Amino acid sequence: MAKIRVIHYINQFFAQIGGEEKADYPVEFRDGEKVGPGLALSAGFGDEAEIVGTIICGDSFFNEHIDEASAQIIDILKEHKPDLFVAGPAFNAGRYGVACATICAKVQEELHIPVLTAMYVENPGVDLYKKDIYIVPTKNSAAGMKDAVKKMVPLALKLAKGEKIGASCEDNYINQGVRVNFFEDKPGAARAVDMLLKKIAGKPYTTEYPMPSFDRVDPNPPVTDLAHAKVALVTSGGIVPKGNPDHIESSNASKFGEYDITGVDDLTADTYETAHGGYDPTYANEDADRVLPVDVMREFEKEGLIGSLHNKYYATVGNGTAVASAKKFGEEIAKRLKADGVDAVILTST
Amino acid sequence: MVKEIERAGLPVVHVCTVTPISLTVGANRIVPAIAIPHPLGNPSLPADEEKELRRRLVKKALHALETPVDGQKVFED
Amino acid sequence: MKLELGKIFIKDIQFAPESKIEDGILYVNADELTAVAMTEEKLKSVSFDIARPGESVRITPVKDVIEPRVKVEGPGGVFPGVINKVTTVGSGKTYALKGMAVVTAGPIVGFQEGVIDMCGLGAEYTPFSKTMNLCLVAEPVDGVEKHEYEEAVRLAGLKVATKIGELARDLTPDEVETYETPDIAEGMKLYPDLPRVAYVQMLQSQGLLHDTYVYGVDAKKILPTILYPTEIMDGAIISGNCVSACDKNPTYVHENNKVVEELYKQHGKTINFVGQIITNENVYLADKERSSNQTAKLCRMLGLDAVIVSQEGFGNPDTDLIMNCKKIEAEGVKTVIITDEYAGRDGKSQSLADADPAADAVVTGGNANELVHLPKLDRVIGTLAYVNKIAGASESTLQPDGSLEVELQVITGATNETGFGTLSAR
Repeated sequence: MAKIRVIHYINQFFAQIGGEEKADYPVEFRDGEKVGPGLALSAGFGDEAEIVGTIICGDSFFNEHIDEASAQIIDILKEHKPDLFVAGPAFNAGRYGVACATICAKVQEELHIPVLTAMYVENPGVDLYKKDIYIVPTKNSAAGMKDAVKKMVPLALKLAKGEKIGASCEDNYINQGVRVNFFEDKPGAARAVDMLLKKIAGKPYTTEYPMPSFDRVDPNPPVTDLAHAKVALVTSGGIVPKGNPDHIESSNASKFGEYDITGVDDLTADTYETAHGGYDPTYANEDADRVLPVDVMREFEKEGLIGSLHNKYYATVGNGTAVASAKKFGEEIAKRLKADGVDAVILTST
Repeated sequence: MVKEIERAGLPVVHVCTVTPISLTVGANRIVPAIAIPHPLGNPSLPADEEKELRRRLVKKALHALETPVDGQKVFED
Repeated sequence: MKLELGKIFIKDIQFAPESKIEDGILYVNADELTAVAMTEEKLKSVSFDIARPGESVRITPVKDVIEPRVKVEGPGGVFPGVINKVTTVGSGKTYALKGMAVVTAGPIVGFQEGVIDMCGLGAEYTPFSKTMNLCLVAEPVDGVEKHEYEEAVRLAGLKVATKIGELARDLTPDEVETYETPDIAEGMKLYPDLPRVAYVQMLQSQGLLHDTYVYGVDAKKILPTILYPTEIMDGAIISGNCVSACDKNPTYVHENNKVVEELYKQHGKTINFVGQIITNENVYLADKERSSNQTAKLCRMLGLDAVIVSQEGFGNPDTDLIMNCKKIEAEGVKTVIITDEYAGRDGKSQSLADADPAADAVVTGGNANELVHLPKLDRVIGTLAYVNKIAGASESTLQPDGSLEVELQVITGATNETGFGTLSAR
């Protein structure tokens, strides 16, 4: 098999052109050359891959002329057709890290070839592009070069060969905000005991799932004139017309349903049921008003407490349903409710 | 889901049993419900009392929609 | 309390005129077992089948998995309060048939029943592809209520497992393991310098078809309480669950709780394993508050330094988990929690329904929403009639070529939250 062709990107500093005073160094391509960290990478690649050229660019030049520098680099790559593009490692150098991450993302997007960079986890380049590209975490200074190269080489080769990439902790890259399954060596119970012993002893340990932070939305102003307001019902409790005509899944629903309740004053066991697989369905199947209170909303409509009950309701199954799906449903339901002139919403959950 | 409806500009009240989840996911107007399998009902009550219970809960939800809030609020009794 | 657990390794199961265990082979008379199961009046028929590791067999819809055991010395019998009298168990001597299980299957009760593949990709995810499985397929009588049918299958499975366990009564075990937990005062004298650790096990108790039984009592009716960990080795806790197959605890997992096993390994060496606290996951918020309050209180009463908390199921029980974690940490007791994730098929969504900064040490059983493609297998024990309906499936699950496209959710034990398996996620 032919060797994998790699083009390597580094900055003016690692090319030993100069420090800050040379940071406006323009894009240069050294055909057939390995420069600086490229030598260590190349040694790591052994017989499997070869650095066929090195692109050098000053950090200020890149960041001040992103479009121009990127276009030049992409032209070079188009001409020399590498199988893999590697940038850095950038360690904790902010502009260098941003340049590495940016050019990798652009190359991946435009040329569809695998890319890899490496930098310290707090480098601003990480937050910008960690979701899009593979970034190997490094120490915060060039003293970590050896370690960085050791981690970059196997992942680079895997990417170039198109092999399946494992979880971030298996293949040494910064988590992309995506949960990836893999088999550990030890069962969960043994891992839990290990973690507990470390926690008791005050030693460092790594949680397998860092707690997320949640975003917030400011509340809307209240309804001022309820007696003339159109109120809609929405539920994640899976209330659907009997027979579940839209086949909403009992768990991790991929869709929501829109159902017309014109003329419906009461949900009965003969007409409505729940598609939700996460709770005991007996009570909702007996009387779906227990989840979606159409009966009392109709009464309030007649009594004039509310202007009207919207003639459509929306339902999905909130059982193991991905947040991304729920978000999508919410957006679409809100759009339709607004288009129908709804003033306020009661959302019921089980 | 509740957050996206709010984001779209519609005042929304979340009637749910497990209010801590509602607080974590970011609903603003929250009314505690009865139980997970029957948030707006209680099968152990006679039909008319159950209906009355539901009327009270939905009224509370409507009241929440009429109430100005400046952050997350659980409308307890 | 001290329990000697004798292990008898079962290499194969065969149907035969006489039920017996000889040279590691379990011979069963199917008619005899049928008669045992048919004492459940709500069952119309039962049949038995054998699934061996590596065979091209798919078992579905799976309800429970049980390891046959027999109590040979000490008070009580296995599955107390259900099969045997409600005596406090966990001391004396018990034999377990290792390497095999009784698997109950039959028409769907709830949405949430499982798949066990004995070979192929699916087999990698379920622990029960590695056991010799004696499968009991039960059909309900016409017009039976779902929960009555669930109960009938649950009891039939336990009766059959008990009957098989009895066959081992006079055998000599291949291996014996001893587990011992001293009473609290004695433990403090024995291990004055070791950190005091307990196991907090959350039991699924969300309602009809989502229940767990402790000495025969429905776990949703208990206040959190303390057990000697050996009690569960005699079947003090059994599953009555039809919740998502991947993260419910079949009776087998209760009998062989890995957290208990791992804590015993450290007991007397790095920790003093004080005992097991069991709590529930109910549907009323007040219950959730009460149970987590009591659990945290018990941690304080026992003077604990640290606990491992395991969850069962997902969704609103995530709140019970977070409440337990927060309140126990607030008592100054360090926690590690074991859960699993519902991060969407693409892995990009929020994994848990609830969260708190106190939960800073989490072990995960993996993302249950991951989509897997299970090949068509030659033989089905049970029926594929419901495979599009079980939790984790969709109307397009059953592919034209007979293969299944499903979420890990459907696979029995795939993301178990007592840390039974090695699957994880990052």
